[in-house]
Amino acid sequence: MSNGNLVEIRDLRVDFPNPSGFTPAVRGVSFSLGREKLGIVGESGSGKSVTGRALMRLLPEAARVRAGALRFDGIDIQAASERQMRSLRGGRIGLIMQDPKYSLNPVMTVGAQIAEAWRAHNKGGKREARDAALALLEQVRIRDPARVLDSYPHEVSGGMGQRVMIAMMLAPNPDLLIADEPTSALDASVQAEILKLIEDLVSARGMGLMLISHDLPLVGRFCDRVVVMYAGQVMEELPARDLHRAQHAYTRGLLDCMPSLGQKRARLPTLSRDPAWLEPRA
Amino acid sequence: MSAAFPAGNPMIEAAHLNVHFGSNHVVRDIAFRVAAGETYGLVGESGSGKSTVLRTIAGLIPGWDGTLRVAGEQLGHRRDRAFFRRVQMVFQDPYGSLHPRQTVDRILAEPLEVHGIPEAEARIARALEEVALPRAARFRYPHQLSGGQRQRVAIARALIADPSVLLLDEPTSALDVSVQAEVLNLLAELRQARQLTCILVSHNLAVIGHLCGRLAVMQGGRIVEELTEAQLRAGQASHPHTRDLIALSHALEG
Amino acid sequence: MSGTTTRDWLLSDTPYSRAQARWGRRYQLWLAFRRNGLAVAGLAVVLAMLALALAAPLLATHDPGAQSLANRLAPPSAEHWLGTDELGRDTFSRLLYGGRVTLGMVVAVVILVAPLGLVVGCVAGYAGGLLDKVLMRVTDVFLAFPRLILALAFVAAMRPGVESAVIAIALTAWPPYARLARAETLTIRNTDYIAAVRMTGASPWRVIWKHVAPMCLPSLTVRVTLDMSSIILTAAGLGFLGLGAQPPIPEWGTMIATARRFILEQWWVPVIPGLAIFTASLAFNLLGDGLRDVLDPKQR
Repeated sequence: MSNGNLVEIRDLRVDFPNPSGFTPAVRGVSFSLGREKLGIVGESGSGKSVTGRALMRLLPEAARVRAGALRFDGIDIQAASERQMRSLRGGRIGLIMQDPKYSLNPVMTVGAQIAEAWRAHNKGGKREARDAALALLEQVRIRDPARVLDSYPHEVSGGMGQRVMIAMMLAPNPDLLIADEPTSALDASVQAEILKLIEDLVSARGMGLMLISHDLPLVGRFCDRVVVMYAGQVMEELPARDLHRAQHAYTRGLLDCMPSLGQKRARLPTLSRDPAWLEPRA
Repeated sequence: MSAAFPAGNPMIEAAHLNVHFGSNHVVRDIAFRVAAGETYGLVGESGSGKSTVLRTIAGLIPGWDGTLRVAGEQLGHRRDRAFFRRVQMVFQDPYGSLHPRQTVDRILAEPLEVHGIPEAEARIARALEEVALPRAARFRYPHQLSGGQRQRVAIARALIADPSVLLLDEPTSALDVSVQAEVLNLLAELRQARQLTCILVSHNLAVIGHLCGRLAVMQGGRIVEELTEAQLRAGQASHPHTRDLIALSHALEG
Repeated sequence: MSGTTTRDWLLSDTPYSRAQARWGRRYQLWLAFRRNGLAVAGLAVVLAMLALALAAPLLATHDPGAQSLANRLAPPSAEHWLGTDELGRDTFSRLLYGGRVTLGMVVAVVILVAPLGLVVGCVAGYAGGLLDKVLMRVTDVFLAFPRLILALAFVAAMRPGVESAVIAIALTAWPPYARLARAETLTIRNTDYIAAVRMTGASPWRVIWKHVAPMCLPSLTVRVTLDMSSIILTAAGLGFLGLGAQPPIPEWGTMIATARRFILEQWWVPVIPGLAIFTASLAFNLLGDGLRDVLDPKQR
């Protein structure tokens, strides 16, 4: 029934209301995801985040979501009850967002937040929850976990905050991790460490990963497969190692227009957006 | 300190520059010189003090000591109108640097009114043309424009009173890469056409390398190394932090 | 049809003049406001009351001061629509003329208070330092007293009357606006767009007036509208205590005050002006709520 795929999305369409009708944000996206690392790449407004949110049913009420299939491990997301969804969100599906500053509760200690996440999906007392939190902080390679456990979110750095976020998401032992621009608020060096951490944890635990990002080379480095989105549609889907051999002009254009340290160019090639990319695709 | 300063009088000069935020010492005894017409880069991670240096030159930060000179004139803690006619700045976040309740037209008219520059009508039209914004954008509000268009408005505002120094604070890091390419090209053209002296602050070495002839690497409020673009591209860095940054940048390019 | 073209002109994404951009923005706000039925009702009632008060000389059926002791405390009838008061004066006509006094006092208070609060708040917030401390301590002094008590003291020191009531209420009403404007200014002054304006070389006054103050206006407007009802009530309170409008000037609060003795036997005499105060307060509150939904920058 679930033919081994964790996520199956077929012909997903999302529209947002505007004063004079609906604006399409996602226009017929299809892909599937097993226990692997899938990157979803696109520019702002490409619909990449909306796709991730639709899978967790986290879009605003007013949004209109339609899909041929929208399934997580065989569960029909569109038909699922709100109760079922709650056990999926933060239970079997973890979500890591861009800025830990806004996703952590500022008046609760880091340890209490992780313990709470753990207790919501595991049986055990306060004591066990605290031990579990400590173990999780160790897993996300925080050097002094006992100290971090009792600190408040504003007392930790951005990179540390993102590690805490990851620990929280790992607490219920999810099957799928959705990371929406998990590192764009961080420095390049920290960025690499965090992505390496996510990669290792996902591989070690045999989870699926959906990495949503605007950074094509970065996604190429950390994922198995890449889905390139533009204006709400999938332009191209390809193995990450073949990224430099991408066929689609949009993918090529994105790769080409970045300044490079290795090669000096007087002018950067700019992306000329072909109106044909906007045409509905089969 | 290996990068040679080009001959001639510097356009911008900093010596023994220190900046304090309360008890926080965020910029520590910094010195550098930028020649007229040169583009100088400041690279570093967040918290290295690079943006603080730029904002201090711009006169937006009060708590500093040391020497700052622009075009040979010593800068005090208060800047006069003539200073702002000569030195302008483009901010990182085009969503935050344009007044949300003012149209593009109003935003561009403001510097002209302040400096009493005549022929506002023609100048605004020319400024929009120069940054390749459609005429239709003139009476729009910032929220009706895309990120790239907003940054073009910010550039047009900075240049409308004909400054000779342009301070660029991460001007493309909030933009998509395709838009970043367009804005970098635009900056390169304008710099050439107007003979601008620029300081570019960025965390992205590739962006710095693309626009700058020389650069300084900052860490913990200090300049740890100064390099030329050629040295940067060849990886001829001596400080370990610089080498880390270069290695990281190459790794991410793939 | 010209209706649709005007609409298109207003909603255009690419306006061709300053005026079009400005009116377009206002029209968008109006469209948002219109969706809130209660707020529109509030606006309609407020406008209707102002119109009735302005048109009092045309609409009044009697001279509001004309006494007829033979016909005192009469219930509503064809001759006296809302009855008569204890001196036989026509309540309907007095209500209309009273609206001029009461609503006029409210408008006068707002005209005095809102700009004062805006100036003090913006200057304190933008300047910071010693000036901020001095201005805010002065504000605190005024805030420390209950509004009615302070107003009472002021009126008692001066001569009771409409003008002194207005000044007294204004003196007690401005500190919250200064507080609000200062709080807004503190967040606005650290934004990049204000840094960019400072970098044009504009003087601090210009920055405050042309760039900071307009950003404070929406929340101040909302606050003023919500405060209108409490200003009406304070004015009525002063009137009731005999320190506001002096008889025979018709004022809603004074009308209740003089008629309160008849609440059990001729209940309509005090209840009718009471209803007028209640309706005006409610209408201003609904309007303020609607304006908050539309103007609050945090929601847009």
